[in-house]
Amino acid sequence: MNYHKFDVVIVGAGGAGLMSAMQLAHNSSIAVISKLYPTRSHTGAAQGGVAAALGNQEEDHWKWHMFDTVKGGDYLTDQDAAEVLAREAIDAVYDLEHWGLPFNRTPDGKIDQRRFGGHTRNFGEGPVRRSCYAADRTGHMILQTMYQQSVKNQVNFFNEYMMLDVLFNDGQACGVVAMNLRDTSIHVFHAKAIVFATGGYGRAWRITSNALACTGDGMAVAYRRGIPLEDMEMYQFHPTGLYKVGILLSEAARGEGAYLLNSEGERFCIRYAPTMQELAPRDMVSRFIYQEVAEGRGIDGKDYVYLSVAHLGKERIDEKLPDITDFARTYLGVEPYYEPVPIQPTAHYAMGGIPTDIEGRVVVDEQNTVMPGFYAAGEVACVSVHGANRLGTNSLVDLIVFGRRAGKHIASKWLPEADYAPLPNDPDGRAREQVESLLGRTRGEGQDAIRKELRDMMMDKVGVIRSEQSLTEARAKLVELRERYDGVRLMDTSHTFNTELMEVIELGNLLDCAEATIAGALARRESRGGHYRNDYEARDDVNFLRHTLAYHTDQVGEPELRYKPVVITEFQPKERKY
Amino acid sequence: MATVTAAPRGATQTGSDLRTVQVRIKRFQPDTNDQPYWQEFTVQVEGKDRLLDALNKIKWQQDGTLTFRRSCAHGVCGSDAMRVNGRNRLACKLLMQDLGARITVEPMLGFPIIRDLVVDMDPFFAKYEKVKPYLINDEPAPHTERLQSPEQRARFDETTKCILCGACTGSCPSVWANSEWVGPASIVNAHRFIFDSRDRGAADRLNILSDRTGVWRCRTIFNCSEACPRGIHVTEAIEEVKRAIMYGSEE
Ligand SMILES: Cc1cc2nc3c(=O)[nH]c(=O)nc-3n(C[C@H](O)[C@H](O)[C@H](O)COP(=O)(O)OP(=O)(O)OC[C@H]3O[C@@H](n4cnc5c(N)ncnc54)[C@H](O)[C@@H]3O)c2cc1C
Ligand code: SF4
Ligand code: FES
Repeated sequence: MNYHKFDVVIVGAGGAGLMSAMQLAHNSSIAVISKLYPTRSHTGAAQGGVAAALGNQEEDHWKWHMFDTVKGGDYLTDQDAAEVLAREAIDAVYDLEHWGLPFNRTPDGKIDQRRFGGHTRNFGEGPVRRSCYAADRTGHMILQTMYQQSVKNQVNFFNEYMMLDVLFNDGQACGVVAMNLRDTSIHVFHAKAIVFATGGYGRAWRITSNALACTGDGMAVAYRRGIPLEDMEMYQFHPTGLYKVGILLSEAARGEGAYLLNSEGERFCIRYAPTMQELAPRDMVSRFIYQEVAEGRGIDGKDYVYLSVAHLGKERIDEKLPDITDFARTYLGVEPYYEPVPIQPTAHYAMGGIPTDIEGRVVVDEQNTVMPGFYAAGEVACVSVHGANRLGTNSLVDLIVFGRRAGKHIASKWLPEADYAPLPNDPDGRAREQVESLLGRTRGEGQDAIRKELRDMMMDKVGVIRSEQSLTEARAKLVELRERYDGVRLMDTSHTFNTELMEVIELGNLLDCAEATIAGALARRESRGGHYRNDYEARDDVNFLRHTLAYHTDQVGEPELRYKPVVITEFQPKERKY
Repeated sequence: MATVTAAPRGATQTGSDLRTVQVRIKRFQPDTNDQPYWQEFTVQVEGKDRLLDALNKIKWQQDGTLTFRRSCAHGVCGSDAMRVNGRNRLACKLLMQDLGARITVEPMLGFPIIRDLVVDMDPFFAKYEKVKPYLINDEPAPHTERLQSPEQRARFDETTKCILCGACTGSCPSVWANSEWVGPASIVNAHRFIFDSRDRGAADRLNILSDRTGVWRCRTIFNCSEACPRGIHVTEAIEEVKRAIMYGSEE
C-alpha cells in the first residue's frame, strides 16, 4: 500500500479546489489530487463572468444580488448562504484581481462589468451590470490565475490520480483512496481534513456543455459511503448550446444584446418575459425554446432556434465574444458576423450535490449534523445557494466564495483542534476490489452501449420537461443499466494509463448520480426552477418548499428520501415573474 | 482567427453524411511491446464529427486499449494536442470533413511517450514553472482593484489565451534538438506577465530567459505560431521578449 499523510487533502483542482488550497498552502501540509492536470479542469471552460456587486458602472448592492439569487433559485435557495455569496463575492473578486486576473477594464481602469440573465437592480426592476469578466474566457482566466498562485505557493499536486473512495473512522473523515493513472497503483491519503471539489456530472445527458471528465465522481463516492445527496433533481439546462454538439454559447452573448429568434424571425422571449426578455433566468428561457419548438416554430420544424449576434457588429463581437463565435464557426460552419447560430438547450449545471453548511462542512441529515473533517465546495456541493435554478455567473462566485470559506474554516477552526483519526482496517480494500474486479473480468458487455443508453434516457426522460411516466420509465431503465453495468467488461487490462478503466469507473459514478436525480424528481410533484413536470405545472410551496436528501440503499433505483427545510431569512416566496 | 476552418455553409441543415475514413495511429503499448508500431482503423463518421469523436468511436467500439487524453472536447482545456497529418493539432478542434479519407495520428514529438498518444507533460510544466508564471508585486494591494487601463490590458491580451496544450513546444525543432531549452509555451507565459502593467517581476524573468536555455535558442521557424490552437502569434511574442531583453521592457 502506498501511504501518504497530509493535514489536508483536496480532491479536485478546478476553481473551488484551488481556492481552498490558497487558504491552506501557507499554514499546513496539503495535497491536491486531480484526475486531470489542474489546468484541464472544467472551470477553464466557463465563459461569461463572475458576479459581484462592485457597482463599477452603475449603482449596485450585494443585497440586490442576494435577492436575485434567491428569486432565480425559485425560493429553494438557502438565504443565509445567498447572503454570504453576495456579500463575499466582492472581496473574492478583488482577491482574484490582486493575484493577477486580467479582467476587462472600464475606461477609468476599473473592472468592467456586464449584464447577465436574472441579475437586476433594485429587486427586479431591470438588468444591472454585475458580471465581472475577461472577454468570454473568464473561467479560463480564473483557473490559470489560481494555478499560477499554486505554483507560486508550491502546492503539492498529485496529477492524474483518480480518487476512488473516501474514508471515515471515529466519526470523522480520515482519508481518501486514489489510483495513479500512470501505473494503476492504489494510494491511501491519510488526512485530518478532506475537501471534495470534483465538479459536476453533465455527462449523464446526451446533449451537454460539460467536459468528458464531468462524471460526478465526488458525489457518487460520497453517496456510496452513506453521505446524502441534496436536490439532485435540480439540474440546469442552459438555453443556448450549439445545435447537436451542446457546446455552450454563453449568456454573455445575450448580455451583450444578442437575440433569440424562432422560425418566424420573432424575438419570442419578449412574449414570455416582457421585462427581462432574453435575460430571463435559464430554466425559463430553456422552456420558452421548448415551447416554441412544441408549437412548430423551431427552425425548419426541428428542435432548435436561432441565436443572433450579427446586429452587434464585428468589432463588438471580436472584442467581447471572440471564443464563442469561433465555436460556431469551427463546429457548425456558421459565420456569426452575418448568420444566426442554431442553438438548443444543453445539460449544464448541477444545483444539487453534497450538502454543506455555509462553512463548506458536509452535513449528513435533516438537522444539518456536521461530518467533522469533511468539506465540499464548488459544483459538487449544495450549500444551497442556487436553489432550484442557478443564475449565470453565480457558479464562479460559488467556487471562490465557498472554496475560500472551506479553506479558511479548516485553517482557523478545524486544524487547531483536530487530530488524525486512525485509518480503518484495510483502508484501500473497497477501491482495490473495484479495480481488480473490473480488470479481471473476462466476459461481458462493453461500456459503449450502457453509456449511450444512459445519456439518451436522461435526455429524453429526465430533461427540460418531466412527468410521472417519463421518470418511472427512467427508473426502470436505470435498474436495467445498473444490472448490465455490474457485468461490464474491459477490453484493456493494462496497468499503464488505462483510460478505459477510468471511463468505466466514471460510468458507474454517473449511474449513481442519475439514480439520485431520478428518485428526487419522481418524488417532487411540483414544478420549480430547473425541475419542470408537465403533470404538476405549478410550484407547490405547501408541500415542496424543502430540500430533498437522497441516501443510497441496497435497492437499485430506490434511494431513501428525506427532507429538510429551506432557510428563509428575508425574502418570502413569491411568484417568479421577469 | 487562425483556427477557423473553412466549412460549407448551411451544413447544419443536412442530415447525416456518413463517410468511411482510415485512421492510421502510431501505437505504443509498453506493457506488451517495447517498440512503437502503426495500426490502421476504419471508422464511419459524419463530416461534422471531430477527430476526437472518431478516436472515441474507435476506443468505445473497436479497441478499448487506444489511449489518449481528452476532456472539454471544444478546444479550451488543452488535453488532446497530438500530431495529425504531420502537424500538431487539438483533436477536438478538427472536423473530419477537413481531414480527408486517410488520416495519420501520432503523439507529439519532443515529449517522452507514456502510452499511444499520451505523452509525459511533467517536464513541460516544470519548464513553465521556471519562468515564474505568476504575478509578482509586493506592494500592498488597495482595498479594491489595482487600476489598469484598457490599453495596458490589451498589451498582453493575446498571451493570456494560452491553454498550456504544448502544441507549440512539441512542434519546435529547437526543442527536438535540445530538451533543456524552455520552449515557446514557457516564453508565451513569461510574456503574459512581462507586459502586464501590474507586474514587477519582468527583470527577473528576462534574466532567466536570457540564459543559455532561454529565448536565444529560438530560430524563428514559426512552427509554433502555426501550431497554436488559440491563434497566439507565438513567434512574435518570443521576438517581443527578445527585444525586451535587449532594450528593456516598457515598464
Ligand atoms: C461551458 C461552460 C461555461 C460556464 N460558464 C460559466 C460562467 O460564465 N459563469 C459561471 O459562474 N459559471 C459558469 N459555468 C459553470 C462553472 O464553470 C462550473 O460549475 C465550475 O467551474 C465548476 O468548478 P469546480 O471547481 O466545482 O469543478 P471543476 O472545475 O469541474 O473541477 C473538478 C476537478 O475535480 C477533479 N476530479 C473530478 N473527479 C475526480 C476524481 N475522481 N479524482 C480526482 N480528481 C477528480 C478534476 O480533475 C478537476 O480538477 C460554466 C460551465 C460550463 C460547462
Ligand atoms: S501558446 Fe498556444 S500552442 Fe503553445 S501551449 Fe499555449 S495554447 Fe498551446
Ligand atoms: S479536449 Fe480539451 S482541448 Fe481538446
